[in-house]
Amino acid sequence: MSRIGVVVFPGSNCEYDAAAAVERLGDQAEFIWHTRTDLDGIDGVILPGGFAHGDYLRPGALARFSPVMAAVERFAATGGPVLGICNGFQVLVEAGLLPGALQKNRGLTFLCQPTTLVVSSTSSVLTRHARVGQELVVPINHFSGSYTCDDETYDELVRNGQIVLRYKENPNGSRDDIAGVANKAGNVVGLMPHPERAMSALLGSADGVVLFEGFLGVPLEQPALAN
Amino acid sequence: MNYFVIVDVTLRKGIADPEGSTIERALPALGFTGVTNVHAGKSFRFDVEAESEAAALDKATSLAQRLLSNPVIEDASARIGER
Repeated sequence: MSRIGVVVFPGSNCEYDAAAAVERLGDQAEFIWHTRTDLDGIDGVILPGGFAHGDYLRPGALARFSPVMAAVERFAATGGPVLGICNGFQVLVEAGLLPGALQKNRGLTFLCQPTTLVVSSTSSVLTRHARVGQELVVPINHFSGSYTCDDETYDELVRNGQIVLRYKENPNGSRDDIAGVANKAGNVVGLMPHPERAMSALLGSADGVVLFEGFLGVPLEQPALAN
Repeated sequence: MNYFVIVDVTLRKGIADPEGSTIERALPALGFTGVTNVHAGKSFRFDVEAESEAAALDKATSLAQRLLSNPVIEDASARIGER
């Protein structure tokens, strides 16, 4: 059983959903307050959604200076799996742990709806159990989710298979329909959609399960939960 | 000495500015015609304790690049302002 640290910033609001997703698959979730400076005994880190530090200045801009982020950087540098969901993704790009930036949505609309994602690369801890081309229904819930980066960064993302998930129909103006990216090593992943809210068919979709199974390193032969 | 510094943060050239374009599209409805190239940005103002104007601007530029702007999509410029 893995111990997954779910980082809680002032203003995080998806930490319980993230912890529930982890526990649903049989692992242990532990909340980590943002002032903590170590991740001892933690096997994976999730930066959940919300409005860390009120999203003042820019989403993620202040959270990247929270004390815990130095520990997250060290953890990521040693190959530890790190997952940033929504606001957590914004924190990871601000911290420079993932390339690019997230801008206000095209159309300046807060979007809260199910989206269909297409798996573009399986060379990341999040998508390693999925198939390229597989479609997953996962909700989005954001205002600043339009992924952008310069041409050089984009070429590198494509070359290294770092674009892990794309929207089937682009909801927010993201460059090349990008919904999620990984670092070069594949151990740090960020995405705007909320896979932790797609863990049960009864509640709309269980397509987040394959993503969490990958992230938690659940053996492939274990069947996915149906609902 | 204390210097009053103004930092402007604007989106880099080529980065989509949905806020600016929305404002631009709204102007004709209010009767303002001939207004183009609208860009939205942020402005910060603060006092900096430094030995010279140049040192104050250096400090402001450095903090503007490190915190006030995201260099991936934004440019920041600092200037000495008048109160």
